[in-house]
Amino acid sequence: MSLRDSPLGELKVPLAWTAAVAVIVAGVAATAVLMSDRRETFQAEAYGASRSVSDRVLTPVGEVLSAPGRWTGAGVETIRGYFFAVSENRRLKGELREMRQWRDVAIALRDTNERYRVLLGLKTDPPIPMVAARIVTDSRGPYANTRLANAGREKGVESGNPVMSEHGLVGRVIGVTDGASRVLLLTDIASRTPVMIDRTNARAILTGDGGPNPKLDYLRGIDPVKQGDRILTSGDGGVLPRGLPVGTAVKGLDGQWRVVLASDKSAIDFVRILLFEDFTQLVNYKDLDRTSVPPPTPGAPTLPPPVPATPPPRARRPRQSPAPRPRR
Amino acid sequence: MSQARSLEPWRWLGIPMVQVLAATILFGVPLRIWGLRLPEPIFPLAVVFAWAVIRPSMIAPFLVLAMGFFLDLYWGGPLGLWALCLLIAYGVVLAARPIMAGQSRTILWAWYALVVATGHAGGLSVRDAGREESARPDPHAVAIPRHNHPLSLRTSAHRHVRRRRRQVPVGGAG
Repeated sequence: MSLRDSPLGELKVPLAWTAAVAVIVAGVAATAVLMSDRRETFQAEAYGASRSVSDRVLTPVGEVLSAPGRWTGAGVETIRGYFFAVSENRRLKGELREMRQWRDVAIALRDTNERYRVLLGLKTDPPIPMVAARIVTDSRGPYANTRLANAGREKGVESGNPVMSEHGLVGRVIGVTDGASRVLLLTDIASRTPVMIDRTNARAILTGDGGPNPKLDYLRGIDPVKQGDRILTSGDGGVLPRGLPVGTAVKGLDGQWRVVLASDKSAIDFVRILLFEDFTQLVNYKDLDRTSVPPPTPGAPTLPPPVPATPPPRARRPRQSPAPRPRR
Repeated sequence: MSQARSLEPWRWLGIPMVQVLAATILFGVPLRIWGLRLPEPIFPLAVVFAWAVIRPSMIAPFLVLAMGFFLDLYWGGPLGLWALCLLIAYGVVLAARPIMAGQSRTILWAWYALVVATGHAGGLSVRDAGREESARPDPHAVAIPRHNHPLSLRTSAHRHVRRRRRQVPVGGAG
């Protein structure tokens, strides 16, 4: 008997019900994937193969699509430079005069600094190598604030490296693949950055909340921050180097201290990825773990003689029966 | 009289999906014109709404799931969050479909706004679930209409911050 002839053959399930079942199945699949996602752990291995592959594929696409905008911008700059060359020259001359004064101050300060370092025997941080990269895609929507940069593993970029624009800190690398790296911006809800207020040296945690001005959380001290205070990275925890410019403090409408990011002054198109290694990465743990035995103190009782290499044959002990269990 | 064209899945599901994903990639270009970023419409939301209104389908929810995964991978968010957000929107439209049938375009626009708000509310709730209170974002900081309106709207809180920013002297307090 065919299905058409059977009573079940006349059974017609409403399309809306089957669609609803499909929605539930898809929802369960999405929830399972979401719960297994470990993006916010920021571990290199948690980035996942799917993200690496998609970044690798989308980076050249983003480069091609952003090329016309880049060319147009360069063309506009050329035309502007041609028409405003005289005023630009005048401005640059004024800036140069000012910079010469600052150069003299900087040379004097450097000399003083070097003397102090020699006197104190201070060990300063090593210079940080960096690579330049171009941002090729921008994120949209309220759930993520990330960018894709076109420099990856082949240039030595690693997960956790800080990223800067010409104005200040932009964020840090959360995923690396060949030819591309994903940058988590300071404004992302998952971003936490240890910062300090330049004027008071007070510490805080810069917390992204999806908006353009991240919050200053865990501020300590009495009046630690004022309107317009400069915010720098504190270097606490060794994730970021100390002293990178972040922005200026403002008080938001909600009464919380927020930061107007320095990197927000212009478009984030070209960035520098700092190949920063913190102290815990630089230190040689093998050397630290090696403990040398101190020489014996003269006159002190000597240690017992060393155990011979071949131990004497052990006397055969009678086999012990297991202790009887106590009765309850 | 010509025969009515059959509703092929590739025609009403496949082509719009490719179109919105292409538009998403195009609008993901980091471009600023006079200091303003490109608008932030979430194109797949419009398609999700239309699919559920046109007719219920078994394939559509899985295509919605695929589009959500693509958005998460492309924008670097938690994998599955956009998929869940879009599926919530699809489910709401599917449930309210009998009420929507035969309504005017204005009413459908109002429904669309409601569905977008519901989808985002679901997405934000899922995102913030399990976070401690201080780590949750300020609701003023994440403006839902901003991400769906053709023009990037700013909330009053952000305008206030911008106003204060202008009052800050150049170079900070130093």
